[in-house]
Amino acid sequence: MTFQFILNIVGLLVFVNFVKLYFLKQINLINSATYFLVNWGDFLGYLKRSMLQIIPSLLILTLIIFALVYVAGDPVSQMLPENATAEDRAILSESLGLDQPFHIQYFQYVGDLIRGDFGMSYQYQEPALELVTERLTATIALSLMAMLVAIFISIPLGILAAIKRNTIIDFLVSGVSVVGKAMPNFWIGIMLILFFAVTLPIFPVSGADTPLHFILPSITLGVALAAEMTRLVRASVLEVIEQEYVQTARSKGQKESIVIGKHVFLNSLIPIVTIIGLQFPQLIGGAIVVETVFAWPGIGRLLLTAIETSDMAVVQAIVFVIAIITILANMLTDIIYRVLDPKIKYN
Amino acid sequence: MTHDSHQDALLSVNHLVTQFPAKGKKNITVVDDISFDVKPGEIVAIVGESGSGKSITSQSIMGLLKSGGTIANGEILYQGHNLVEMSKKERRKLRGKEMSMIFQEPMSSLNPMLRVKTQIAEALKIHVPKQSPKERMEKVIELLKQVEIPNAETVATYFPHQLSGGMRQRVMIAIALAGEPNLLIADEPTTALDVTTQAQILALIKDLNSRNGTGVIFITHDLSVVADIADRVLVMYAGKIVEEATVYDLFENPQHPYTMGLMKAMPTLETQSDLLDPIPGNAPDIANKPKGCPFHPRCPLATEKCVEKIPELNPILNDHSARCIYPGKGGNNHEQ
Repeated sequence: MTFQFILNIVGLLVFVNFVKLYFLKQINLINSATYFLVNWGDFLGYLKRSMLQIIPSLLILTLIIFALVYVAGDPVSQMLPENATAEDRAILSESLGLDQPFHIQYFQYVGDLIRGDFGMSYQYQEPALELVTERLTATIALSLMAMLVAIFISIPLGILAAIKRNTIIDFLVSGVSVVGKAMPNFWIGIMLILFFAVTLPIFPVSGADTPLHFILPSITLGVALAAEMTRLVRASVLEVIEQEYVQTARSKGQKESIVIGKHVFLNSLIPIVTIIGLQFPQLIGGAIVVETVFAWPGIGRLLLTAIETSDMAVVQAIVFVIAIITILANMLTDIIYRVLDPKIKYN
Repeated sequence: MTHDSHQDALLSVNHLVTQFPAKGKKNITVVDDISFDVKPGEIVAIVGESGSGKSITSQSIMGLLKSGGTIANGEILYQGHNLVEMSKKERRKLRGKEMSMIFQEPMSSLNPMLRVKTQIAEALKIHVPKQSPKERMEKVIELLKQVEIPNAETVATYFPHQLSGGMRQRVMIAIALAGEPNLLIADEPTTALDVTTQAQILALIKDLNSRNGTGVIFITHDLSVVADIADRVLVMYAGKIVEEATVYDLFENPQHPYTMGLMKAMPTLETQSDLLDPIPGNAPDIANKPKGCPFHPRCPLATEKCVEKIPELNPILNDHSARCIYPGKGGNNHEQ
């Protein structure tokens, strides 16, 4: 099954690359894409700066994750049966290092993290980090597919609404996106299963074995984001469409479809890329719910069972990994900015 | 002077009325029954304050009216073909090829995401689709050289933000010239530039006009620019032409009090800046034009007769006409 996932992800990456190449060709950005290769020093400098910025956020993050254990309740009483003696409790406490003062415990915890030790899951009796990374690809693959769904819905709809602003089409698109945002995704998931897996058995109900399994979960997860992005694309396109260079393009005798598809859309991309970058971690959050509905073998279900059984090492590892993904997504957004916007790049 | 379309005119605008929709009210008439000709190779300046309808006139000709503006009446004949009756597609084919436009703000009229060469090549690609990429690039460089850009090969690879305002305006002109148009509409092309750059751009437009025989409609609010560049001048006020003359006649012998006012407000080498005499009041709200002659509330010569009805555009001399019942009065002030 892991092999299947790798195949799926490779396919996905190839596809994303095709889409990217198409746009690059459209806008003569091949040069820009190779910019970081040519200006390697620049890129390393940027990487160094952002790495330095990450360190304080990581420290704060570890503190919060560590405090989770205290918020969740006394681990000793959760691990021992109710009739345990005070002596038993003291022994367990000592073996877990819980008798130490808070700051000593914290430094020990950070030291372990640096060595890649997130502790053992007492439910699975396996290292927590391994449990998470095993399932991470499934979650990331689902989130990426949902992102694609959102992009393919929101960009055409947002542009359409902007071009036809204040007409019935615009109101319709806005209305649909409010509904899309308002529907909880577990409900969408159940409805999709009812219609497209039970009544009309086109798609599988659950699991993640074939590419077909991706369709319903990624639609479920992507709808809310699509709704939000549609409104953003609309606003962003509306702002650009009033610019004078759009009139310049028209004054060249350019077709309206190319005026919109090239001049307007390209310039409205930067805010769109921002929201995509910022939304990705939230998508992973949403994935946790959707995974439960579709029995998707990702970190979502792992997290759910870990919370139910107070398997704190696993919870901590998952929170940590999601935080790292958030940081990476932000960095990637920043890099895409640099590739897209000539003003940032050539200053 | 009655205005018949002339056979030899490149562009002939006849009784053009352009309106914009207003919420809950009837349409606002921004361009109100104007007529003029542009002959091949001629530079016609349209002068007026903001809101006088001069930019809307140019957008009507280009077919680039924004926010629901429509041509409600009149015809625009380009080489005898009425643009108003053409389909959108036919008009699009004329843009860039037969008529081009330069905009006011060189900072915002170029696409910030595209290189200079891409933007010029785009215009070429539309009208000469069969060119090979290599030929097209050569043509791009040639156009950049034509608008006197130094290091054309290097500048071609720049993005707009790497260029100064004057250079951007030159690039804009290169784009406008790519389709070798017969008519160039320049909508305040020098307003956003500093004075030396302004003079260079004017010289360039004038040079291109005399070299290629391109007819030019030059829109401005600055009379001193008009004196530099134009063959003929239309003075617009509140959507109407109030005076029309050759540039020599207009400066020598202005007839309409508004034109005279503009001249008095214009600094020259002889006047001291603290002696400038601005026209009192503001340009009228285009949705609520005053009754009668729209200029009467600001006019030093106005009488009750001016409130009664809008005067006709009356001929003064052969090519000179003014929309005033007291033409030429008060002109003495200007001589001082």
